Amino acid sequence: MIEALRAEWTKTRTTGGTAWLLTGAVAVTIAVSAGSAAATHVSPQSGQEDPTKLALAGIYLGQAVIAVFAVLTIAEEYDTGMIRVSLAAMPHRLILLTAKAATTTALALAAGILAVTGCLLVGRLMLPDAGLDPAHGYPLITISHSPTLRAASGSVCYLVLIALLALGVATAIRDTAPSIAVVLGLLYLPPLLAQAFTEPLRRHIEQIAPMTAGLAIQATTNPHSQPIAPWAGLGVLTAWAAASLLIAALLLRLRDA
Amino acid sequence: MTRTSASPLSAGTPERTRFTAVLRAEWTKFRTVRGWVIAPVIAALLCIMFAYLVANGTHTDFCTGAGNCKAGHPFVPTGPNGQAVADSYYTVGRQLTGDGTITTQVTSLTGVISTAMTNVAPSQAQQTRPGLAAWAKAGILARPSTRQGSAYAAVMATGGHGDRFQYNYSHDNPGRSGPVSTSSPRWLRLTRTGDTLTGYDSTNGTTWTRIGAAHLTGLPVTVHVGLFVTSPVSFQTSASGSRTLATATFDHTIIDGHTTPNAWHGQSIGARQQDFYPTLRVGSYQRADSSLVISGSGDIAPAVVQGLLGADTAASSLPFGLTVALIVIIVVATMFITAEYRRGLIRITFAAIPGRRRVLAAKAAVIGAVAFVTAAAAATVAISLGERILQANGAYVFPASASTVVRIIAGTAALATVTAVAVLAVGAITRRSAAAVATGIVVFVLPSIIGSISSGGAVQWLYRLTPAAGLSVLQALPRSAQVDYPYTFANGYYPLAPWAGLGVLTAWAALALGIAAVVLRRRDA
Repeated sequence: MIEALRAEWTKTRTTGGTAWLLTGAVAVTIAVSAGSAAATHVSPQSGQEDPTKLALAGIYLGQAVIAVFAVLTIAEEYDTGMIRVSLAAMPHRLILLTAKAATTTALALAAGILAVTGCLLVGRLMLPDAGLDPAHGYPLITISHSPTLRAASGSVCYLVLIALLALGVATAIRDTAPSIAVVLGLLYLPPLLAQAFTEPLRRHIEQIAPMTAGLAIQATTNPHSQPIAPWAGLGVLTAWAAASLLIAALLLRLRDA
Repeated sequence: MTRTSASPLSAGTPERTRFTAVLRAEWTKFRTVRGWVIAPVIAALLCIMFAYLVANGTHTDFCTGAGNCKAGHPFVPTGPNGQAVADSYYTVGRQLTGDGTITTQVTSLTGVISTAMTNVAPSQAQQTRPGLAAWAKAGILARPSTRQGSAYAAVMATGGHGDRFQYNYSHDNPGRSGPVSTSSPRWLRLTRTGDTLTGYDSTNGTTWTRIGAAHLTGLPVTVHVGLFVTSPVSFQTSASGSRTLATATFDHTIIDGHTTPNAWHGQSIGARQQDFYPTLRVGSYQRADSSLVISGSGDIAPAVVQGLLGADTAASSLPFGLTVALIVIIVVATMFITAEYRRGLIRITFAAIPGRRRVLAAKAAVIGAVAFVTAAAAATVAISLGERILQANGAYVFPASASTVVRIIAGTAALATVTAVAVLAVGAITRRSAAAVATGIVVFVLPSIIGSISSGGAVQWLYRLTPAAGLSVLQALPRSAQVDYPYTFANGYYPLAPWAGLGVLTAWAALALGIAAVVLRRRDA
């Protein structure tokens, strides 16, 4: 297992795209958060705002880059035929998948921590200019505030789970472009579909869709506005990631590479 | 000898035949990969399936009175050209047989605006404050019958748009400007000669200015003529609109012609509970000396989206399915070029056809044609299916003319084509499927998703500047200069005209193609 892990780590480390993609994920996340913070102007008329959720808005786009990174960790091997070499060296396929999941988790975790920290700093520095300051009843974003801590740690977990979901999908599909399309479709389409339906059905779609359920963890001021409770939502996303990895493991075991 | 003399001719032709050969090569590459042929079929089927699901998930209830709701929608009149119209007002009139002239003097036009929003029951909307809607109308009306949606011609004074001659809901001619008051009364005259109705206005009742004329073909010998007052929903103070009522005083009313001998007859049109147009209350009239005071609520104009009606059109179940289909098309368009880089086939392609931009053009033509056919087929089925199911579920679907439906289908096909070509160009730039697919989805699909799930003024800009503007081709809701209404995205109106929106998307695609053409030429394959 240690050897498998070391092999995977070497592969990931030496692939040209890894550093770029992870740096890109962090940069995109923080840039979108900064952009939305700059575009926010809170007036007394507008409703109750959630500064932490606003500060973490970049996750919405950053997750796409993380997903692409996770898809590439395995789809690239299928594209180049490297997978046959990998499986010849490590005949136990589940160990290979576990090792890939472990390196993906570690890297997504690292990128997630950097991105979320950056987002919170951006929020703390920029949101007071948008009118979200203590004078208007919005305390500065601080990690010692327990709902903010929940949102921050939850967002990091969210990115890791998205990476695992994407890894499972890519292992099952074995081709880069369709895998990315399926993952991004799975993330971004359900909210649009929910929009087309009326209330009870809309809420149910948002409760079971990976992104809307998972991002419920970001709510700090008014959790009841979310379709699902914070940790329960992350649980739904965990179920998605687990199911996708399970199917991937089955297919990887059963199929010819 | 004949062969050599023929060669200069054929030497000129290769330029042309070569492109068809390139085209054929690219088409062969496309059709021989099974997945690429199946994917567009799946895209079309997904689009149709989701259009069905979305339409099927929409149910409309319509309530009359307290808590008495059933599936269905309020009554919406259909105008002479098949368009949806508002036709509610109060009229005091009589029957005119043959030619004739009606003259009147409007000496005052005032109004009240409800302080409650339109979505509350009319009984709760009776608290009012003074205020006159800009399109409040008071004047003379002539029409074959008072059936809602029938043809008409009217000359009128308005709250803020001066005197007007309007006919058949969508035609509007301006007359004298300025408001009506006791110190500045307005004379109006409507003349019928055969099928022609002519409107005049005047400040003194002696010198008349012709505003406009209408030929209402098939106008019967006996028509309804009368004075009318109406006042539309005002959006000046609240986004969801407030009901209004206008009151006008008419003096010196004279009908010159063969009329029914009975007295003036007051009639409320289109203010019943089942009528869709929100009215403040049923109008009324009273005589005071020689003058008539009439108050009315409603509008005689094209119908736009009103809260009660929803914003369903023939195209409204299409966007989600179209988004799914676009994602599939993006994958195929990306792989159509990145797969060549991955397998090294691109070197053989460029060795065979050194003109690289020519290869890109041929690829764009092939993938564009595939996307066009796929989207056109999917939209044709999805639109007719969606419309039928929406109607079966009781939703009101704004009538769209055949040309509008054709425009939506052609626009959807063009949207898919331009997107596919743009993503192909992205693929040529990045040479990697991961980067190209992700960029394609994030740039060409994500803005419209963000736009439709979020709210606020920034959304308008998404549909103006980003590739999401291309979705403007789906616009099927009527828009009218004669109706003051917030034509915003939240109310179902795209900020750009259909072809302008497609133009924005095309500009993005042209940018991608331009960069691709430059880098293809400069770079080593």
